[in-house]
Amino acid sequence: MITNGTGKTVVRLHVNGEASDVMICSADTLLQTLREQLGLTGAKRACENGDCGACTVLINGEPMHSCLCLTIETINQPITTIESLRDSAIQQKFIEKWAIQCGFCTPGFILNCQALLNKHPDADDETIEEWLQSNLCRCTGYQEIKEAVKSLLPKGSAS
Amino acid sequence: MIPFDFEYYRPESVTEAVKTYEILATQDKKVLFYSGGTEFITFSRLNQLDAEAIIDLKGIPDCHQLELQGEHLVIGAAVSLNKITESQLFPLLGQTVRKVADHTSRNKITIGGNILSRFIYREGVLPLLLTEAKVKLAGSSGERVVPLKVVFDKQMNISPEQFLIHIQVPKAFLNLPFVSIKKTRMSKVGYPIVSIAALVKDKKIRAALSGVCEYPFRSPDIEAALNDTSLSKEEKIDKALGQLPEAIIDDLQASRDYREFLLKNTLLETIEALEATQT
Repeated sequence: MITNGTGKTVVRLHVNGEASDVMICSADTLLQTLREQLGLTGAKRACENGDCGACTVLINGEPMHSCLCLTIETINQPITTIESLRDSAIQQKFIEKWAIQCGFCTPGFILNCQALLNKHPDADDETIEEWLQSNLCRCTGYQEIKEAVKSLLPKGSAS
Repeated sequence: MIPFDFEYYRPESVTEAVKTYEILATQDKKVLFYSGGTEFITFSRLNQLDAEAIIDLKGIPDCHQLELQGEHLVIGAAVSLNKITESQLFPLLGQTVRKVADHTSRNKITIGGNILSRFIYREGVLPLLLTEAKVKLAGSSGERVVPLKVVFDKQMNISPEQFLIHIQVPKAFLNLPFVSIKKTRMSKVGYPIVSIAALVKDKKIRAALSGVCEYPFRSPDIEAALNDTSLSKEEKIDKALGQLPEAIIDDLQASRDYREFLLKNTLLETIEALEATQT
């Protein structure tokens, strides 16, 4: 049984393929720990309510709002942050398609899009739309983001 | 940021979870069970919920079951809403929970958390109310299986020392003709103004609603109206509206009149869609 009392304790996380020891309380969210303990500031703090998707990371390959995960829940689970997608194909497509305006929401979108492509390499429009509803872009650059995703699908998948 | 600290326990069996609760209870600690945890985190952050210890059910294999066992589909309390949809084992439930929150949130929100939610909507329970589902509960007095309708009246009525292990849905209900409609104020992601899950069993419509009143419900009187063959569709709906268990919600999301207007349209859509499956 995993247990943790009150107060600080050291736990080991597996982030971007590396084991990292962090000092946490049970109440710490993964977003807090990534930003304040590991310096991984690509996950953005915004609504802290699971509404905006700016803090999205992948846990076991699935997109999750890191503001709605306790750090202690993620022990022994692989965590992927935007920092590990440097120079990835999806990052390049976001640049090529101008799927970035102010950029604040971009890390969350890229991680969500990467998970979508991994899970549904033949995603149709409905699937893409359903997944992208999890992230808000207040610059309203949605069309370019969809185009970035679609450009990485085999021809004829999305319609 | 959650403004208070608490003890965290992640047991690996039902027995361990029960024992953990009992030990903490003897210390007079305020203990909560959770499976997904999204509500605990959001309400705690706002100081609307607190606990001295939480018991996370995600470590219990029995709470992760999602499979056909004999004459039932068994759905563990800690199964995420997306896993239910992706499994396609119970399409009505899959389509209904697909409309809860957003896709990323549904990787964390569990069926147990949804039907035990503090929010009034609890849309995951709608298909279950139609299917003679049972729930397996655990607590200090042991494990027991009871019909959902025994413990669900407006909300799940179980004691703080009890938790949901899994839900059992009879196989006979899994692939019946169904309709799942949710109407929100504006966007596709949002709380329901009207949400309905309905199916046809033995040529009779069964329907459960959320968003209309302060709790989700299934009403025999509404179903009797919808199945009254002596009435036209419009008359069925008017009669059904007269059978609501309480006044329609009137709030910032939608006025009472607008909700009633949407409810009428939704019931008409439901009847027509289900009729189409019978031809």
